[in-house]
Amino acid sequence: MSDLLKMNLSELGAALAARKVSAAELTKAYVASIEKNEPRVGAYVSTDARLALDMAIAVDKQRAAGETLSPLAGIPMGVKDNICTKGVATTCASRMLADYVPPYDAHVVERLKKAGFVMLGKLNMDEFAMGSTTENSAVKVTHNPLDLTRVPGGSSGGSAAAVAAFEAAYTLGSDTGGSIRQPAAFCGVVGMKPTYGTVSRYGLVAFASSLDQIGPLTHTVRDNALVLNVIAGHDKRDATSVERVYGDFGAEIGKGVKGLVIGVPKEFFGEGISPDVREAVLAAAARYEKLGAKIVEVSMPAIDHALAAYYVISSAETSSNLARFDGVRYGYRTAEFEDIGELYKKSRSEGFGAEVKRRIMLGTFALSSGYYDAYYKKALQVRALVRADYDRVLEKCDVILSPVAPTVAYKLGEKSQNPLEMYMGDAYSVPVNVAGIPALALPCGVGEGGMPVGLQLMGKPFSEALLYRVGAALEDDMGGAR
Amino acid sequence: MALYKGYEMVIGLEVHVELKTKTKIFCSCPTTFGAEPNTQCCPVCMGYPGTLPVLNKKVVEYAVKAGLATNCKIANYSKEDRKNYFYPDLPKAYQISQYDLPLCEHGWLDVETEEGAKRIGITRIHIEEDAGKLVHDDKHGTMIDCNRCGVPLIEIVSEPDIRSAEEAKAYLQKLRAIILYTGVSDCKMQEGSLRCDVNLSVRKVGQTKFGTRTEMKNLNSFQFIVKAIEYEYKRQVDAIEAGEEIVQETRRFDPATGKTYTMRSKENANDYRYFPDPDLPPIELSDAAIKALGAEIPELPDARKKAYMEKYGLTAYDGEVLTSDKAMADYFEAAAATTKHPKLAANLLISEFMRLIESESFTCPVSAVHLGELATLVGDDVINSSTAKKLIKELFETDASPKALVEERGLAQINDEALLGKLVAEAVAANPKAVADVKRGKPAAAKSIVGVVMGKTQGKGNPVIINRLLEEELKKY
Repeated sequence: MSDLLKMNLSELGAALAARKVSAAELTKAYVASIEKNEPRVGAYVSTDARLALDMAIAVDKQRAAGETLSPLAGIPMGVKDNICTKGVATTCASRMLADYVPPYDAHVVERLKKAGFVMLGKLNMDEFAMGSTTENSAVKVTHNPLDLTRVPGGSSGGSAAAVAAFEAAYTLGSDTGGSIRQPAAFCGVVGMKPTYGTVSRYGLVAFASSLDQIGPLTHTVRDNALVLNVIAGHDKRDATSVERVYGDFGAEIGKGVKGLVIGVPKEFFGEGISPDVREAVLAAAARYEKLGAKIVEVSMPAIDHALAAYYVISSAETSSNLARFDGVRYGYRTAEFEDIGELYKKSRSEGFGAEVKRRIMLGTFALSSGYYDAYYKKALQVRALVRADYDRVLEKCDVILSPVAPTVAYKLGEKSQNPLEMYMGDAYSVPVNVAGIPALALPCGVGEGGMPVGLQLMGKPFSEALLYRVGAALEDDMGGAR
Repeated sequence: MALYKGYEMVIGLEVHVELKTKTKIFCSCPTTFGAEPNTQCCPVCMGYPGTLPVLNKKVVEYAVKAGLATNCKIANYSKEDRKNYFYPDLPKAYQISQYDLPLCEHGWLDVETEEGAKRIGITRIHIEEDAGKLVHDDKHGTMIDCNRCGVPLIEIVSEPDIRSAEEAKAYLQKLRAIILYTGVSDCKMQEGSLRCDVNLSVRKVGQTKFGTRTEMKNLNSFQFIVKAIEYEYKRQVDAIEAGEEIVQETRRFDPATGKTYTMRSKENANDYRYFPDPDLPPIELSDAAIKALGAEIPELPDARKKAYMEKYGLTAYDGEVLTSDKAMADYFEAAAATTKHPKLAANLLISEFMRLIESESFTCPVSAVHLGELATLVGDDVINSSTAKKLIKELFETDASPKALVEERGLAQINDEALLGKLVAEAVAANPKAVADVKRGKPAAAKSIVGVVMGKTQGKGNPVIINRLLEEELKKY
């Protein structure tokens, strides 16, 4: 493997700035890595080496002209295929959008373009971001690069696998109920789900609007902060985007954890957690204690209901968000139809996969006249309770520590036939989205089959800098991710 | 109005008014009417994947003004909801509207009909986005024009307080007048910037329970609304009298036949699955902000009407008619300021001018000063009313000065009692049959004698004097 691929973002930025390497050379190294690894991993839905090289050459020219460039300029990366890229197909890994080419760039893509990014391609995912294994992709199966017989997690499985397989220096994912953090945990990389409203959703094909956030997947905690610095910030095209000035998200890294209070909620270690995960996560807690943090056990009773509330709210929003895919204006249209009703029914039946249809039906039911109060309204009440639980605990704790998922990455096909079992795997990641708070996932040890165990650090809204600080302390103490 | 077979009608109106903001409700596309299809749309209003709505603040301000002008309570906290249904003119497959927390509630407005004054309640006013337009074409089939997608609307829902087609018309005219005064919409029915749905049921007089209602959608002229109401009222009464049950349904009014037809029944109605739109934060308005918007509303029709009644001695009905259009009221006030006979100016404007004005909104080719002059000529007995009527036709073509015309053509009325007395005596002498008829108790016969005198004066004789002299002359017989 080329040494270039082993460098973290800061090192790459420095090497590029010092012209020790050109963006074109770096891009060629990643294109070669994709060519070598992709047949086994299958992280990308589409790649465009020519486009990537053109972008890299443009950055090299800017640098040669003496322009001031972003720290990420010229560094090759990948974008989850539910984030709109002007002129480049954005499929959501669905038959429905197989040929869909957006007429505009997502806000994050605009930001990255300005920063001189080099886009290698679009990354595989569960269809419309619904799933936890990337097996729901209508395009291909993505394999976990650490063990090809296992799932990479989902829904941002391609984003996590591409980083783990050195097929991108960093990637963007989206997280509605754990879709950045869980694949990061399964593939042994770092993933951040920022506070709701930190990163504009403009151009992210909506799954569940009140829960979706875009975030970075990287090899290291420091790298992650660097990417968030570029994509975070107010966007007037997203009414839920928060008007706030963000400093350097990496500013607190290196300050250690001495004196910090870390809460460990017992609800995240209950029934269903596998012993290897519990052991690794508690070992991380012990390490923090050793580093000078105070570990306190806390209780968050509402968490037990968060998963049910999540599936009602996210499915309800999905049933409405995905109604626009009707075969009329763009996307998949059935070959033959008699009238508009049949056009709708056949296009949607043929264009969507089983999991997407399941969620649409769940959500339609939950919002139906006569059921609204019992499901949707109650779910919103639970949501308020979950938020209150976090508020209460985060009054006395600086961060909350838990596993990302109850198990390490499991085998391909193992859970894909049992949706309910798959949903249960989201129990630890979902409450974060329900509450709208930030959470960082990073590797904290090794479990069954030598697979990485992911640690989840949760904090108050807009405490990303603190989470990076706490995450980096563990990473440093464990000798770094690389 | 006359009741049909002892039933009364109960009507509630839902009025959609297009707000005349420069840009759409959730994106910055222009809202100009009549542009080439699909030239005023963008990924946002066409519902492309990943796009998000951002509320145009002007829409809220305009809706609040409409609410304040119709005596509504304005919500400090309201929200937007999604109304979910599939239709090709609705790109997102949901319309962003307001469900349980509308911007304005509990309003009312007073209407004036020939039967007197009445207060009609307004349940609510909410903001929402318009859908696109389907264009049918033999060659291409059905095509979609998205220009109208996302044009801002307010929906004004009345209480079921209306009891006749006349009241419905009066309510709509008043509502239109008020909205026009506030300047938040053009209210052009022909362009669809004011559309009306009629909910109608019937019940026996004295019955308190409402009957089953039907809804007639998208009526776009006052004439159609009146016709649709009258037809549907009788249809329901006849159906009930024939032992049939009224079905809750949406009906379409066909202007060609003047009848209403079933469009879809309640069984086929959509479950809209309303829920709060997660893309849009709640709308919060402080009392100070609401007050500031209220200060921007000009004097409204009712205040002007009251002033006309007090200052000029107009009837409530005439006041209502004059203030129903801000341009007409402004015109009247300009004319009234130039004459000591403002009431006459009002009468001329309402009964004579309005007959000649055909446009939906008031415009008049005669300058206000000339209406004032005309009122002065009539009021000062310089010309009689038939001369005035003849002049008005000419004024509409040339906008000449009526005073100058009267002088130039010698149209001033003849008030010379000696001359008129002589003409009356001659006419009486020449028409013994008419005189005999009058004496036999047929006073109408006197009119023909007056006509003879008027003819002799080329229509310029003062009719009041002629009548008085004739009465005296007849006493001699």
